[in-house]
Amino acid sequence: MADARLKSEVGERRPVDRNPIRAWFDVRRDRLGMWAFALNRLTGLGLTLYLFIHLGVLFLLSRGPEAWDNFLQLAKSPFYLLLDVVLIFGLLFHGLNGIRVGLVGMGVAVRNHRSLFWVLIGIGAVLFAVAVYLVFTI
Amino acid sequence: MTTTDVVTKEITFRVYRYKQGDASPHYDTFKVPCDEWTTVLVALQAIRRDNDPSLTLRHSCHHASCGTCAMIINGREELACVVTVLDLGTDVVTVEPLHNIPLISDLVVDMVPFYEVLNQADRPYVRRSEFMPEAKPPGGIDFYTRYENCIECGACVSACPIKGTSEEYYGPAALAAAWRVIEEPRGRDPKAALDWVDTPDGCWRCHVAYECTEACPSGVEPAEKIMALRRALTRQKLGRLFGRRD
Repeated sequence: MADARLKSEVGERRPVDRNPIRAWFDVRRDRLGMWAFALNRLTGLGLTLYLFIHLGVLFLLSRGPEAWDNFLQLAKSPFYLLLDVVLIFGLLFHGLNGIRVGLVGMGVAVRNHRSLFWVLIGIGAVLFAVAVYLVFTI
Repeated sequence: MTTTDVVTKEITFRVYRYKQGDASPHYDTFKVPCDEWTTVLVALQAIRRDNDPSLTLRHSCHHASCGTCAMIINGREELACVVTVLDLGTDVVTVEPLHNIPLISDLVVDMVPFYEVLNQADRPYVRRSEFMPEAKPPGGIDFYTRYENCIECGACVSACPIKGTSEEYYGPAALAAAWRVIEEPRGRDPKAALDWVDTPDGCWRCHVAYECTEACPSGVEPAEKIMALRRALTRQKLGRLFGRRD
């Protein structure tokens, strides 16, 4: 009965714009949950890209010791080390926010998800600082 | 206070416009004098009355009960009837229709898809104890409004980033409604509600942005309800894993 009432004669609708850029990265509302969501997507996409780059680098092994040695020279350059820092940030954020999403999804800290986020980010910041120090000193 | 004491300020409204057949939407600007009592809805009605009668918008109660005037004001889902223009603090106020819901015209979206999925949650209309056996309302009891906090405005669906890319996802309103069936069955079958949400497009699709809870003007807290569904399902599945019967 209720379904019959839903039928409307209003002509053609403009379809929903399902553009992921708009949907996932619209942080105009400036709320923590959405920032966490958007950064999670961004780091997730970045890590996927990294996986392919990593496979490409490993492919160099099949091209002999010289190709690998050349790559190692490149890997010690400041630019490449900076990319390592970006990678570490992505890994830490995605992993730690993933823990938040998993915990909240299991009913832990559902109403305190902001506090949980900041605790995990605090842990992440310490790990990040240590990792960056090690990247540039080892 | 006399009428001369009322301070008015001219605010520019940037209003989303789209009519069926248009190649693409555009924005029109209107200047509206606003005082401290002028709500966005009143300003839009003034535009319709004084500037452009073709502007379409939907409203009813003017006091945040009906949910029909939900729209995006300066980038946030709001009920236009209770947002005071000067409280926004901007000289330009941008008004757009809700996202993630098909658009009919200007600020009016087609709520039919919203209700189609919401009705699948099978949330009861009134409590069984409130039924009057002798009463035979025209159209049956289901004709009447559900008595719930949710005012079915669609703000949560508009704010949800997952709903923004997935038409199949049930969305926060329907999932919150399903939790109400479990929380307070009123003659409905909670197990059926739990089964209904236990799909990839059900409660597992949410990615915990909490935008629905933030956008809800009625304190329904859909995100918390979705997490409650997950918690109940996780317990059920763990119970089954260890041989417990439902």
